[in-house]
Amino acid sequence: MDEPWAVRWLMIGTALLFLGLFLLIPLAAVFSQALEKGLAVYLSAISEPDAISAIQLTVLAAAISVPLNLIFGIMAAWAIAKFEFPGKSLIITLIDLPFTVSPIISGMVYVLIFGLQGWIGPWLYAHDIKIIFAVPGVILATIFVTFPFIARELIPLMESQGREEEEAALTLGAGGLQTFFRVTLPNIKWALLYGVILCNARAMGEFGAVSVVSGHIRGSTNTIPLHVEILYNEYNFAAAFAVASLLAMLALVTLAVKSLVGWKMREET
Amino acid sequence: MKSVIKHNVIPGFGLTLGYTILYLSLIVIIPLSALFFKAATLSWTDFITAVTSPRVVASYRITFGAALAAAVINAIFGLLAAWVLVRYRFPGRKIMDALVDLPFALPTAVAGITLATVYAPNGWIGKWLEPHGIKIAYTPLGILVAMIFIGLPFVVRTVQPVLEAMETEIEEASACLGANRFQTFTRVLFPTILPSVLTGFSLAFARAVGEYGSIIFIAGNMPMVSEITPLLILTKLEQYDYAGATAIASVMLMASFSMLLVINLLQKSSRRYVEY
Repeated sequence: MDEPWAVRWLMIGTALLFLGLFLLIPLAAVFSQALEKGLAVYLSAISEPDAISAIQLTVLAAAISVPLNLIFGIMAAWAIAKFEFPGKSLIITLIDLPFTVSPIISGMVYVLIFGLQGWIGPWLYAHDIKIIFAVPGVILATIFVTFPFIARELIPLMESQGREEEEAALTLGAGGLQTFFRVTLPNIKWALLYGVILCNARAMGEFGAVSVVSGHIRGSTNTIPLHVEILYNEYNFAAAFAVASLLAMLALVTLAVKSLVGWKMREET
Repeated sequence: MKSVIKHNVIPGFGLTLGYTILYLSLIVIIPLSALFFKAATLSWTDFITAVTSPRVVASYRITFGAALAAAVINAIFGLLAAWVLVRYRFPGRKIMDALVDLPFALPTAVAGITLATVYAPNGWIGKWLEPHGIKIAYTPLGILVAMIFIGLPFVVRTVQPVLEAMETEIEEASACLGANRFQTFTRVLFPTILPSVLTGFSLAFARAVGEYGSIIFIAGNMPMVSEITPLLILTKLEQYDYAGATAIASVMLMASFSMLLVINLLQKSSRRYVEY
């Protein structure tokens, strides 16, 4: 009933060729290019001042966006999964919006509001508050592009888990927060972890949206991806790939956590 | 409000829904409406001129054309990859399966410089193609390659669950009734997985159309030849042509929304056809 042996191996070979070409080769290339000029150049590239400040801004943006989006994700998933109300699909569509919007447009909408020619731009300028081309703009843009990740992981899961367990907890006398921490949270912990990791990876790696709102000012408004771009455009390839390899390693950690989470979730069902 | 909502003992409705709507308004609704308001400041004729000038139209052709081609390639090879990963056992299967998500996890700028380096004339892959006169980096072909990369996981990940959930009884029944393997595939299996292939195709297409970071390094970024629409929007922004930039952006947004709508309808109709 199965495919002939030869067809099967032809298909495996073709699939592996395709996946190897588009996945393995680029992955290997990042690390190979990073180490091309040797370990000393690699280490100095990731420890020079502009790189350090880029790393600091990236970590700051992630450290602010991820918790904010985590709270939003849990709130939104709770509201959507545990209650019935009109307009639910509108809210879900709005949550999915950053996935359909190009990162350039995501950054641009913040320039339209906070930029000098924007809605509240003149007011900000008068009060000497800098948002666009400064750190707050970078953080805002990062929040926008990463906020769906946690919500999208939690909503289907919580919807499929239903209300029964929470209702049972309430009849047994638990308060709202107690119910959440002791009943809901253990049920969603793996999806939550995965959502946080994804959100973090995207927050640290976002390029297009941040590119629009940052001033590309070396040493102050550059994130790691923007710093990589600058180094690459200066033909400083070994340094560019060295800094890029930091993000590539983060990507590999993300993939590893995803496999772990998938395994754990399969174990539990 | 109370008469609309079913009575529910679970607490926190007001708090969670209120916070959700507040957050969405601040982060999504207000910024996006700024875009449409700004685009509306252009008169109708100016709007049409802005979005139909030759350079802009060339960028649509390049962006949407390459995205379509990339999505088709991803649909074919993604389906193959999903089939092979679900149905067959071979060394390295689990690692390949995990690696499929690499384009999701890898930052776009990193992907961009890596693809540009690998496919450049002296790169690992580029140097094999150079003697045959095939140039990938800095040409529209490079745009295609970058779009294939970032769209790769979509079809694989939407088809895999469907393949995994498929029951073997249907295939066995088909074989009992005399179908050969190819017939079983085209008449029994494929219609079942077609909706998921279409979903993955549309997701890959939508993602490729809006993509920026992975593409600008490997594209030539030459106007009329290899300039993608997001780059054109950014260029206009840098020239302070906000109205022009928002006009093109609204066109892109409307195109993405209608694409997703069409594919949703396609899926609904094929689901009707497939249900038994």
